[in-house]
Amino acid sequence: MKNLFKLFSLIILIIASNSNSFAAEKVEYLKTDWSFKGLFGKFDRASLQRGYQVYAEVCASCHSMKYLSYRNLAEKGGPEFSEAQAKAIAASFEVTDGPNSDGEMFTRPGKLSDKFVMPYDNVKAAQAANGGAYPPDMSVLVKARGGGVDYIYSLLQGYEEAPSTVTLDDGVYYNKYMYGNKIRMAAPLSDGLVEYGDGTNATIEQMSKDVTTFLMWSAEPHLEARHQMGFKAITYLIILTTLVYFSMKKIWSRVESEV
Amino acid sequence: MSDHDYRPKSKVGQWFNDRLPLLTLANHLTDYPTPKNLNYWWTFGGILTFCLITQIVTGLTLAMHYIAHADMAFESVEHIMRDVNYGWLIRYIHANGASMFFLAVYIHIFRSLFYGSYKAPREIIWILGIIIYLLMMAAAFMGYVLPWGQMSFWGATVITNLFSAIPFVGEGIVTWLWGGYSVDNPTLTRFFTLHYLIPFLILGLVVLHIWALHVPGNNNPVGIDIKKPSKDTVPFHPYIVIKDGFALLMFMIVFAFFVFYAPNILGHADNYIEANPMVTPAHIVPEWYLLPFYAILRSVPDKLLGVVAMLSAILILAVLPWLDTSKIRSAVFRPLYKQFYWILVADVLILGYVGAMPAEGLYLLIARVATAYYFLHFLVILPVLGFKEKTLPVPLSITEPVLGGSPNLAAARNKESKIE
Repeated sequence: MKNLFKLFSLIILIIASNSNSFAAEKVEYLKTDWSFKGLFGKFDRASLQRGYQVYAEVCASCHSMKYLSYRNLAEKGGPEFSEAQAKAIAASFEVTDGPNSDGEMFTRPGKLSDKFVMPYDNVKAAQAANGGAYPPDMSVLVKARGGGVDYIYSLLQGYEEAPSTVTLDDGVYYNKYMYGNKIRMAAPLSDGLVEYGDGTNATIEQMSKDVTTFLMWSAEPHLEARHQMGFKAITYLIILTTLVYFSMKKIWSRVESEV
Repeated sequence: MSDHDYRPKSKVGQWFNDRLPLLTLANHLTDYPTPKNLNYWWTFGGILTFCLITQIVTGLTLAMHYIAHADMAFESVEHIMRDVNYGWLIRYIHANGASMFFLAVYIHIFRSLFYGSYKAPREIIWILGIIIYLLMMAAAFMGYVLPWGQMSFWGATVITNLFSAIPFVGEGIVTWLWGGYSVDNPTLTRFFTLHYLIPFLILGLVVLHIWALHVPGNNNPVGIDIKKPSKDTVPFHPYIVIKDGFALLMFMIVFAFFVFYAPNILGHADNYIEANPMVTPAHIVPEWYLLPFYAILRSVPDKLLGVVAMLSAILILAVLPWLDTSKIRSAVFRPLYKQFYWILVADVLILGYVGAMPAEGLYLLIARVATAYYFLHFLVILPVLGFKEKTLPVPLSITEPVLGGSPNLAAARNKESKIE
């Protein structure tokens, strides 16, 4: 048993040393208490709904979210808008459909089954409208950045006056959390930019937190189900392991040897 | 091998067994005499079998939903993560399963190195194991390409480009591998095909690996030949089955932790960005389990020699049974080898660490020293050690001390509990 514990701690050690090695470039990100972290982590429903509002009113004018559908907004574990609300959100967008029986493309109001409407027709159009930089798709953005949610949360609040040593081209801004500190996106948030329906004060910090929560959900829509199942699975495994351990002890007691 | 005078009790069983002796096989596997002093390092064979089956089952399920096309692969993975029922679970098990597979295989290999399991009469088991390990690396590399993220694409570009180092025909081979003039859709579809094929090759080799094991039987921590069956052995069932089962469950707890609570920690964030041939990532890093070899590759300034060094680092293992000249198997009785063994472990961990770092300055220097030491260990230290080392006296059996109650067994047992 003693050996076993040593083995176990060795495995953990190896893993820890390996995962550390990936965190090579360390920047101190701003911290906040994310409700979805930890063994029982769940999304803050109200924050997700506010986050969607920030996304829809601010980000969506440039950033697409092509892997999400409007139905996702009403699904369990997400912002959980009512179906009527999600339908209304979908219907507020014009979707190109077709061809119809005359061979013509036509537009109609969005349905729950439609994917989120893209702000630009293609990458080239997006680049042309943004000074050559392509605003990345936001569906899995949180998972596609080293610092994850902390990075996005910090970046949104990281706009500063450039130090005198740094010269910025036209249309380039200084952000202390951006890789290389130069970013093509102008500071997207300002206090009171959106008006929250639930009366929450729309500070930059609050909006950053809400929209980052929303992005975490969009990247990992089954996070809550995963945490719930994980707790059950690991509890089950621990109980079974304990039972098997005592069975093993009993069986091996027939031979003079240690397990 | 136990003698096969087994006869099924029922008439039908006898009739069947005379025509296809499956019941004899089942009986052999049940009764298989196993040394009773095997420690937990010996449970990783069973754990690896579990890993292989898990990868095949989850892989088959993923293949039902995945689309091997450069324009659709990334999206189809997102489809699996979002819309396929429990698709996220299956994919996270498969992706983390690869890491768990390698974690287990490294422990399995280093167990063999410590207890001299590769020595006569087990050379064929060892060589089959090295082939399995090579195929695992090929399968893992090609599997990592399939999601068609940035690291998939650029990892594939870097690794396939290694073949261009071959004189005269290198460029031609790379074009042939790619199915074009860059990594593109033809590369993806053939990688998918091979990624699907290799696990079944591994499965076949695993059968041979176990078959070859059952001829001489298991090595053991004392590293001596034992009579089978005897007081030194226990039947595989129930003793080893329950012990392997217990160890497997412990392993599954670690596995489950990664799948449910840190599913992306072992991957690279860039692989959630769809492949873009126009944008090269700042650092191209392979998965953690390939890092030591990546470090060896980069520590040699010449491209061709780097590739040769990297391949030699793996292939040198295949001739290990003949490089190690010591007649004693277990490091328990080899005081010097034991120290060099742990230095080698540290060396490989250091190589893994610098493999993840940029190849410049101090990191590059460390990588070069560690690479040199890696080869020194196998090519110089091991052959010389066999002649120079003064080994400790080895007991004659696991249960009974050497004639006249010598204290060797107690010494062996104490040492065993000290090492890990």
